[in-house]
Amino acid sequence: MLEIRDLHVKFHTREREAVAGISLTIRDGEILGLVGESGSGKTVTAMSIAGLLPRKQCRLSGEILLGGKDLLHADRSELRKIHGNEIGVVFQEPMSSMDPLMKVGLQVGETLRIHTDNSPEERKKLVLAALDDVELPDPEAIYNKYPHELSGGMQQRAMIAAAIASRPKLLLLDEPTTALDVTVQAQILELLKKLNRTHGISMMFISHNLNVVRKLCKRVAIMQRGELVETGDTEKIFTDPQHPYTQRLISAIPTRTRKEPV
Amino acid sequence: MSENEMNLQAENEMNAKEAPLVLQVSHVSGGYYSGGILKTKQNYREVLHDIDFEIRQGEIMGLVGESGTGKSTLAKMILGLVQPEQGEIIHHTKRPQIVFQDPYSSLNPAYSVEWSIEEPLRVFGKYDAPERKRRVRDMLKRVELPEEILEAKPTELSGGQRQRVSIAAALIRRPRFLILDEPVSALDVTIQAQILRLLKDIRKELDLSYLFISHDLNVVYQLCDRVLVMKAGRLVEQGTIEEVYENPKEEYTKNLLAAAD
Ligand SMILES: Nc1ncnc2c1ncn2[C@@H]1O[C@H](COP(=O)(O)OP(=O)(O)OP(=O)(O)O)[C@@H](O)[C@H]1O
Ligand SMILES: Nc1ncnc2c1ncn2[C@@H]1O[C@H](COP(=O)(O)OP(=O)(O)OP(=O)(O)O)[C@@H](O)[C@H]1O
Ligand SMILES: [Mg+2]
Ligand SMILES: [Mg+2]
Repeated sequence: MLEIRDLHVKFHTREREAVAGISLTIRDGEILGLVGESGSGKTVTAMSIAGLLPRKQCRLSGEILLGGKDLLHADRSELRKIHGNEIGVVFQEPMSSMDPLMKVGLQVGETLRIHTDNSPEERKKLVLAALDDVELPDPEAIYNKYPHELSGGMQQRAMIAAAIASRPKLLLLDEPTTALDVTVQAQILELLKKLNRTHGISMMFISHNLNVVRKLCKRVAIMQRGELVETGDTEKIFTDPQHPYTQRLISAIPTRTRKEPV
Repeated sequence: MSENEMNLQAENEMNAKEAPLVLQVSHVSGGYYSGGILKTKQNYREVLHDIDFEIRQGEIMGLVGESGTGKSTLAKMILGLVQPEQGEIIHHTKRPQIVFQDPYSSLNPAYSVEWSIEEPLRVFGKYDAPERKRRVRDMLKRVELPEEILEAKPTELSGGQRQRVSIAAALIRRPRFLILDEPVSALDVTIQAQILRLLKDIRKELDLSYLFISHDLNVVYQLCDRVLVMKAGRLVEQGTIEEVYENPKEEYTKNLLAAAD
């Protein structure tokens, strides 16, 4: 599906590379987990795939191949088509990627407007269905609200709705459930699984919630300081982590039994 | 129970009760007006209903509940950003500090990390420039951030780095009462554990209180002394962590706890 070969990203303002030579594949129809240290380059990797890095602020090298095409070196018009149509993105912080002055319904329908020739009525129907899919109560009311009128978790679900409405081939999900309670989170994970099964959508799922990653992803990649330290079968890595960082990570999963004395 | 133990228990209870009040939220209801400046009954939607609790000095109070239930609205109301329609909120300290759920709301996008963390000290006016620099660097280290990000703007940070900068900017003011709205959701579990330890250490140093909003019930268990459970804008249960986690009374709390793990 997608192959990343020796990706390097270096911001001009920083000494160290944000991404220091990673190679990674997302197989057709799989949900790949990407976890790791805060600041290790997960979002930058996703942004490189989505073509959303500020190109003037950084130096990029390597290859990102999607269906044989190199996304890093394709021209702009080609890229625009691929990005809206084939790749959907859910950003880490919903408020920063939503337009504060545009009603939620219209934003969710943006990719449909640009990339399909659906009539406005058809579009609205698809948007309402997508809002319903992500468990937002009263989609009709949400449609006409502005982003700041939604709670953090509601914004997050609206972003997911926007990304799935046009049924892309690849979904990049960057911390999509951080603001969701466990019940809604479980429903969203079911939805993602269903989209993956019935529409064959491949996904890259970035998360700090290791329990969720374990439930959702067959394969997982672990990042630290811009590098991939370990990649493989999720169950295997969780039960028998090889790299010291992975070992530390897995032993730090918060539980309800280890209450430290204050 | 021996007489001694009973005395000890009574004494502990006394001590717990005697810690001075920091915040009283007394039968508060409130919500939002939509559509323009006119506040009419028609365009009012109540979000919070009859909220009643108090926080004492040195106490860490958790707040959990489903997405969209009104947790952030309650935080905004305590800060005075949303007005209660009924009931009252009494502060026994200066205006509380907050770490917002969306870190962009806590940070000025035009300024560097260093500026954002140093600003409260500058306003405070008590420290000279070298002392301010020292304090900023010390706080940066305590939230596990490298000095190389001092020059960066908020947009040039990772999500978890931004979250830690907002925590640093709040803690450097040495508040008496701090509201934290999902403050560790963007952190990997090893850094998360360090930040939770930092919050406990600072609590001891400053004897401050927190209102800690989180969807992670395990984190709440590890950090908090007491917890409030909210459903559809009402507090359905409150008590010590042990009471609520080991012996939940409400069906909603039971389900919430069962769905976690
Ligand atoms: N526009 C930018 N300019 C300079 N440095 C940047 C920029 N964007 C990101 N960085 C840096 O690149 C590194 C990787 O950031 P990235 O956002 O990919 O981390 P992450 O793994 O997603 O972390 P988190 O889990 O905290 O979201 C960080 O050190 C960050 O400060
Ligand atoms: N500025 C606003 N104007 C109108 N309605 C609002 C506004 N902010 C929030 N709301 C509504 O108030 C309700 C409670 O929102 P709030 O942000 O307090 O929820 P929350 O418990 O913090 O949820 P989450 O866990 O998803 O962050 C939601 O229905 C939301 O749509
Ligand atoms: Mg990130
Ligand atoms: Mg909230």
